[in-house]
Amino acid sequence: MKTIQFREAVCEAMTEEMRRDESIYLMGEEVAEYNGAYKASKGMLDEFGAKRVIDTPISELGFAGIAVGSAMNGNRPIVEFMTFNFSLVGIDQIINNAAKIRQMSGGQFNCPIVFRGPTASAGQLAATHSQAFESWYANCPGLKVVVPSNPADAKGLLKSAIRDDDPVIFMESEQMYGDKGEVPEGEYLIPLGVAEIKREGKDVTIVSFGKIIKEAYAAAETLAKEGIECEIIDLRTVRPMDHKSILNSVKKTNRLVILEEAWPFGNVATEITYQVQSQAFDYLDAPIIKLNTADTPAPYSPVLLEEWLPNQNDVVKAVKKVLYKE
Amino acid sequence: MKKITKQTYLKWYEDMLFWRKFEDKLAQVYINQKVRGFLHLYNGQEAVLAGSLHAMDLTKDKMITAYRNHPQPIGMGVDPKRVMAELYGKGTGTSQGLGGSMHIFSKEHRFYGGHGIVGGQIPLGAGLAFADKYKGNDAVTLTFMGDGATRQGSLHETFNLAMLWKLPVVFCVENNGYAMGTSVARTANHTEIWKLGLGYEMPCRPVDGMKPEVVAKEMDEAITRARKGEGPTFLEIRTYRYRGHSMSDAQHYRTKEEVAKMQEQDPISYVLHNIYENKWATEKEIEAIDNKVKEMVSECEKFAEDSPYPEKNVMYDTVYEQEDYPFLPHKL
Repeated sequence: MKTIQFREAVCEAMTEEMRRDESIYLMGEEVAEYNGAYKASKGMLDEFGAKRVIDTPISELGFAGIAVGSAMNGNRPIVEFMTFNFSLVGIDQIINNAAKIRQMSGGQFNCPIVFRGPTASAGQLAATHSQAFESWYANCPGLKVVVPSNPADAKGLLKSAIRDDDPVIFMESEQMYGDKGEVPEGEYLIPLGVAEIKREGKDVTIVSFGKIIKEAYAAAETLAKEGIECEIIDLRTVRPMDHKSILNSVKKTNRLVILEEAWPFGNVATEITYQVQSQAFDYLDAPIIKLNTADTPAPYSPVLLEEWLPNQNDVVKAVKKVLYKE
Repeated sequence: MKKITKQTYLKWYEDMLFWRKFEDKLAQVYINQKVRGFLHLYNGQEAVLAGSLHAMDLTKDKMITAYRNHPQPIGMGVDPKRVMAELYGKGTGTSQGLGGSMHIFSKEHRFYGGHGIVGGQIPLGAGLAFADKYKGNDAVTLTFMGDGATRQGSLHETFNLAMLWKLPVVFCVENNGYAMGTSVARTANHTEIWKLGLGYEMPCRPVDGMKPEVVAKEMDEAITRARKGEGPTFLEIRTYRYRGHSMSDAQHYRTKEEVAKMQEQDPISYVLHNIYENKWATEKEIEAIDNKVKEMVSECEKFAEDSPYPEKNVMYDTVYEQEDYPFLPHKL
């Protein structure tokens, strides 16, 4: 094992895959000469040249669509959005073209493409720069949605995403790029659609994904001191969702808390809640609790942002509530 | 347009210096984490705003821009203390602490933001003009954008519609040379951004953005055309930003020599030089302005520091007009 940053894991995944397959290129704003807005493509221009590591102007609709078109004609593009907030400018090409072209053409064309970049809040960036669209993209048939929470997962999942023959939305975080973690030496892949139990426990299941899962880890530490053992499931892939892992855990703990950094209306947690109540109703000893951001655009002020985001104290409270230990 | 006089230059000097020092103060307090998030500063581009404001009718004309947007509302008449407080995330801020650096607004002073998505404000600016034309208001909207925004589809769709409907709007690119780390030359097959107007038969031209009187003259012509109902103009105003794109920009894409060379044409020094050349003020009088500006910036900082944070309900109360909107709970 070696210890690297999240951004280095992303960079290694892209670099290794580009060495393996000539048809892969990386395209996006500041990905080449600037080495990535968050340095996730550092050194890649030097290694692969301007043909394969391509700076674009600020034209999300244009380059997203060009990448989709090239994928229909033999390329395997990796498109970086500086943040997924900006993907909205190009979302028509993702939803109407990338996600649909295979079915619409009766299976003639496929679209092996990865759209990647940071998602969700990253400090006081306010309403337009703090949004989590995992559930938006996961709502759309034809797409797969991956949201890793540590460097090792990021690398293994991104390599699988790049090799996947369907369009994959791969979501990172500005606040995770500097996170360090152990990563296996040599090549490895992590399959899409498989969740991982990040912490085993018998009392309550906490399902989460992406950077907010760190609040669950912290809460689990606090609760362990009180003798409460949390089982934490990292979804890793939001679509397709690994329902089996969630159900197995809930059948063991009989209690479920879902932590998701997203607006509360119709989000990933809502989908999990539906699946669990329909397939494990008799196993539940308490109503499911989901913790989300406030039902408002993200505020700038530090005091409001703190209120807006779910945190470890909220997780502790929720766990105690499903255990009737309030 | 109002005549450009000695008083104009003295006002320009004071305003531009204040904007510069206001931004310098923000950079300073950002390092102390009083201001957070992204911070994009206007240093170097002051003549664009000074010249534009001179040509505008500040009793009715409107302005909208992107995220490099602190001096503009101040120039339009907003109390700078409230802009500073917004950046501190305080309840006394222009958006009650909800918007932060990239989202300054003032309905009262017809400053329509403060927009964070590149190019997103361009159709909005044309829309403000659409409403003025619709209602028969004799007002013009100045729609500013950076050079990076000219590569967004929103510009091209809006240009077509604004010409088709002869909207009273002036589209102004503040071409400061770089869209974050990407030079203009690396974003297109051409570098003369103003020529984009030609495809729409929109009156268009390049403008020296380091001299406020030049900007004022060109802007006046464009505003007059719009006010007469003859439709939009596209101005490529050539300027330069001294600081990075934002506070986290290491600026490897340009040399220190390039920045130093551009600073030789500093718009504030240029205005001051004109004042001295014409003997419109003594060194002592200029020193008095400098001290006044320093004092004003300190007052802004103190006001922001002393202001309370917003109440938590503000986050909800500002989302909908409907007063009893049933928000979903998000935590216990």
